Amino acid sequence: MTDLAIETHALVKTFKKTVAVDGIDLAIPRGGMHGFLGPNGAGKTTTIRMLATLTRPDSGTARVLGRDVVADANEVRRRVSLTGQFASVDEDLTGAENLRLIGRLFGYTGARATRRSDELLTAFGLSDARDKQVKKYSGGMRRRIDIAASIVVIPELLFLDEPTTGLDPRSRNEVWDIIRAMVSSGTTVLLTTQYLDEADQLADRISVIDAGKVIAEGTSSELKAKVGNGALHVRVMNPADRPRASEVLNRILGVEIRDQADPAALSATVADPGIVTSALTALAAEKIELAQFSLGQPSLDEVFLALTGHTSESTSDEEVAA
Amino acid sequence: MTRLDKLAERADVAPASAESLAAAMRSALADVERPTPPGPLSTSLTFGWRALLKIKHVPEQLFDVTVFPVMFTLLFTFLFGGAIAGSVGGYLQYVLPGLLVQGVIMITMYTGSTLRTDIDRGVFDRFRSLPIWRPSALVGMLLGDAVRYTISATVTIALGLALGYRPEGGVPGVLMAVLLILVFAFSFSWLWTFFALVLRTPGAVMGVSMLVITPLTFASNIFIEPSTLPNWLRAFVEVNPVSHLVTAVRDFMGGMDASGELSITLLWCAGLVAIFGPLTMIRYRTAG
Repeated sequence: MTDLAIETHALVKTFKKTVAVDGIDLAIPRGGMHGFLGPNGAGKTTTIRMLATLTRPDSGTARVLGRDVVADANEVRRRVSLTGQFASVDEDLTGAENLRLIGRLFGYTGARATRRSDELLTAFGLSDARDKQVKKYSGGMRRRIDIAASIVVIPELLFLDEPTTGLDPRSRNEVWDIIRAMVSSGTTVLLTTQYLDEADQLADRISVIDAGKVIAEGTSSELKAKVGNGALHVRVMNPADRPRASEVLNRILGVEIRDQADPAALSATVADPGIVTSALTALAAEKIELAQFSLGQPSLDEVFLALTGHTSESTSDEEVAA
Repeated sequence: MTRLDKLAERADVAPASAESLAAAMRSALADVERPTPPGPLSTSLTFGWRALLKIKHVPEQLFDVTVFPVMFTLLFTFLFGGAIAGSVGGYLQYVLPGLLVQGVIMITMYTGSTLRTDIDRGVFDRFRSLPIWRPSALVGMLLGDAVRYTISATVTIALGLALGYRPEGGVPGVLMAVLLILVFAFSFSWLWTFFALVLRTPGAVMGVSMLVITPLTFASNIFIEPSTLPNWLRAFVEVNPVSHLVTAVRDFMGGMDASGELSITLLWCAGLVAIFGPLTMIRYRTAG
């Protein structure tokens, strides 16, 4: 089945007593971008580490580009590359030295490695920082050099583990543009993210992962359809009005209204955003004063709530230990 | 490719070059040449080059290899000289080859904590994901360390010569002695790479290193004649590999036949690599 980029059956990895990956089955085709969406500790990073041959599965099988990740590890390493929280570059070296180092490890001669390094630094807008130590780079530059280091020799499959976590919006857009350019040039990309909008913007298909299992799979529109079209957030001026507001909203919207930790806040998932205006009118008629009233895209929490019945925070944070 | 063009419009890039940046990205991504995979020697030397680049960027790491040998040589020679040998000059002739060994062995312990730091920063995960001979990252690191050991040995010998030490073995004897110390340090360092992969913090690695190095260097024949020792301690000193190394180094530098001690030392080297090399690689392969 070499037409699949990634194929796993019942993949399991346990650290001490924690089950990080609990029987994951995947069949991801070549080409385009696939997203792994899930909270911290869901098992995304552990899964990617197994696929990239850095961690051995305890049981189950995984084939990457048609090769077994345990038996054919070196063949897999020849074809894939990874970037992320782990697999970073050497902070003590300059950007140019890091790229030359990797080029030479792949077998380029000194001169050819230097040429490739220059080419990538130019393409990633890092020419001015080429002779600066990477530890002096900004967050966005750092992420760009990490990605450049993974494509010194263009891989057939690129793993990007949370490539934009901690970046400001502008740097995030830059990284997104680079990723899109790579996909359009033919590299298959597997991206992990905690952000629904990132998966939404970039990925053709998304696997939602929670507590070491794939709990949903599909395009972003398919996933959002399961959650409803909009997330309604309401804060009343006076917390004492909340039960009444909740009752009014429930009557008009006909969906479950959830109390938030904030004693003045309520939220609900709305299938038809059009009905929300009537809810606003009804609240005004009941003379309930509002501090905030907003309708937005469902958040990752809401997708999770809809898919799992619990919020993303309630998953443990074993990923860090992994 | 409009998003790509937008990328090119970043504020830190002159507008005139926006088009060329997008073009540069396209050509960088179009380069799909796959070089021939390099052999183990080539990748090990490349990692050795990385170690030299790190010395260039962080020259502070040369502080310990220059200051320690000077401090040890002066301290031990003048502290013990009168008491042990009756004169500083006489003692120097006995102790300098030992100090040469001690200076290098003391700095091998940085190997472990440096490796642990690299692993914690995620650098080794990238190396482990490359299609290369697995031990080359570690072998290369140890080759780079040989440069630091050579500096330490050079400083000790130069200071010894200035204080009046005279090697009867001449230049060839001294070179053989230093070469043997480098071989031993390389072999011995696999112990530290193993601990770096078993223990969780650079501090813990350092602590264990001290625990191992202190008895190995002090309970040896570096400072004293073992014949003065109680039986139980002498028994340890006589099997201690550091004692064999020191005797071989003394023989080389003193212009005597070193072949007996040389073979025992080389056997120890082979044994250390044969045991801790594979143990290190098993941990390296399964780490994480």
